[in-house]
Amino acid sequence: MQPSRIVITGVGLTAPNGNSLAEFRRHLLTGVAGIERIDVRYMGSQLAGVCHHDPLRYQKKKELRVGTRAGSISIYCAREALADAGVSLDTLPRDRVGIYIGCTEHGNVETENEVYNISKFNYDTKFWSHYHNPRTVANNPAGETSLNLGTTGPAYTIGAACAAGNMGLIHATQMLRLGEVDFALCGGVSESIHTFGIFAGFKSQNALATHAEPARASRPFDKARNGIVISEGGCLYTLERLEDARARGARIYAEIAGYHVNSDASDYVLPNPQRQAECVRAALARAGLAPAGIHIVNTHATATPLGDIQECEAIRAVFGEGCPDTHINNTKSFIGHTMGAAGALELAGNLPSFDDLTVHPTINVDDLDPQCAIPGLVLNQPRQAARVDTILNNSFGMLGINSTLIVRRFVP
Amino acid sequence: MTKDDCKKLVLDIIADIAPDEDLTNVKSDVRLRDQLQLDSMDFLDIVMELRKRHGIEVPEADYLQLASLDSCAEYLTPKFNALPAKG
Repeated sequence: MQPSRIVITGVGLTAPNGNSLAEFRRHLLTGVAGIERIDVRYMGSQLAGVCHHDPLRYQKKKELRVGTRAGSISIYCAREALADAGVSLDTLPRDRVGIYIGCTEHGNVETENEVYNISKFNYDTKFWSHYHNPRTVANNPAGETSLNLGTTGPAYTIGAACAAGNMGLIHATQMLRLGEVDFALCGGVSESIHTFGIFAGFKSQNALATHAEPARASRPFDKARNGIVISEGGCLYTLERLEDARARGARIYAEIAGYHVNSDASDYVLPNPQRQAECVRAALARAGLAPAGIHIVNTHATATPLGDIQECEAIRAVFGEGCPDTHINNTKSFIGHTMGAAGALELAGNLPSFDDLTVHPTINVDDLDPQCAIPGLVLNQPRQAARVDTILNNSFGMLGINSTLIVRRFVP
Repeated sequence: MTKDDCKKLVLDIIADIAPDEDLTNVKSDVRLRDQLQLDSMDFLDIVMELRKRHGIEVPEADYLQLASLDSCAEYLTPKFNALPAKG
């Protein structure tokens, strides 16, 4: 039996350079990055991507006080996605709505805050917040979203390091096909800039970007790249089975064409290009596509010296020859690494290409690293494409988790 | 400290933990829960803020004493007045 066709019918996002898909896309086509300097506890001024949406649009002040930043970002994205999809919560069967949110990590922000808080009270734990546990449970962002929306179906997070954004969509696709839910809100979020630990960790790995000009700090594939710019963000989609979407006359952004998830099983942090290439090939096989049938490849590259080379090796192995219509780009050059949101946000930034046939570039490449010189790279300026019918989105993460998601232009 | 001073301190705390609430007409003799959207976690916030801001401990057995502003004042004012003088 053929699996149900699953379609994307709504997008809600907040990125360091845009609080809606239209604004985000406009900035991706006009070269507007969203990196700034923030003060990080114990570390001082650091480069980061910060979201500037208005959280009070969908939450009360008390919800913001009690909840987490990841929860708040999730709620904003979920509400925006529902509005974009033209769906009212009053008409949805609330017990048939699934919420699947990818996270790189969760709980570090609140734990650091509480340790800092009790440090002001001589480490007396009676000053530890009674909100600590509901704030730090791994399902927090999804749970806060279900509380805000009043949906009673399954709501949980998917921990998948920086592959998590893709994983939210993949998991939702699976759940819709299994008939577990009838409507899904899915994608990924990150609150990572609010924990000093992630900055300190990457710095200790020699993988934290530095640059005098914030907007030029995130520079995948450039010879002078020197690490990751840490960012917050979120992107949630509404996913539906095609028959349900058509029955309500929904606008359809794209159809899920294929996906794959695998593991390197080789290193804690160093990516494995063989496994990445296997992941991409398996996703292509599920989609019934040859490499030449992919028109945009959105890379995961985070601008670490070695990681970019590893991914380029994988891309070259799959798309290196005989793919004249395949364009390759990278979104982190604009927004830094939004961690758990990365896969979902980066896909969103490319979805409008189905309509405008324009491929957003990878910016900040002044001097292309020859080891990253893969055919089809779109450097610094947008490129018009002869056709854009398919987008392949890579998201990889620590402990060797790889995810590839392919979407295609919807054709009835 | 007078009982009115004490009520003011409690209201200051409530203003922070329930920032969406209008506190201009809170009735002293009516249970806080019956006139404001406060749940059990919010009352734990009141207990925590009394501890953090003022060094006042409210044992769990006495939580009911925080039901209204009047009962707060009855219960807390002696505790405030028993605090060692600052400085």
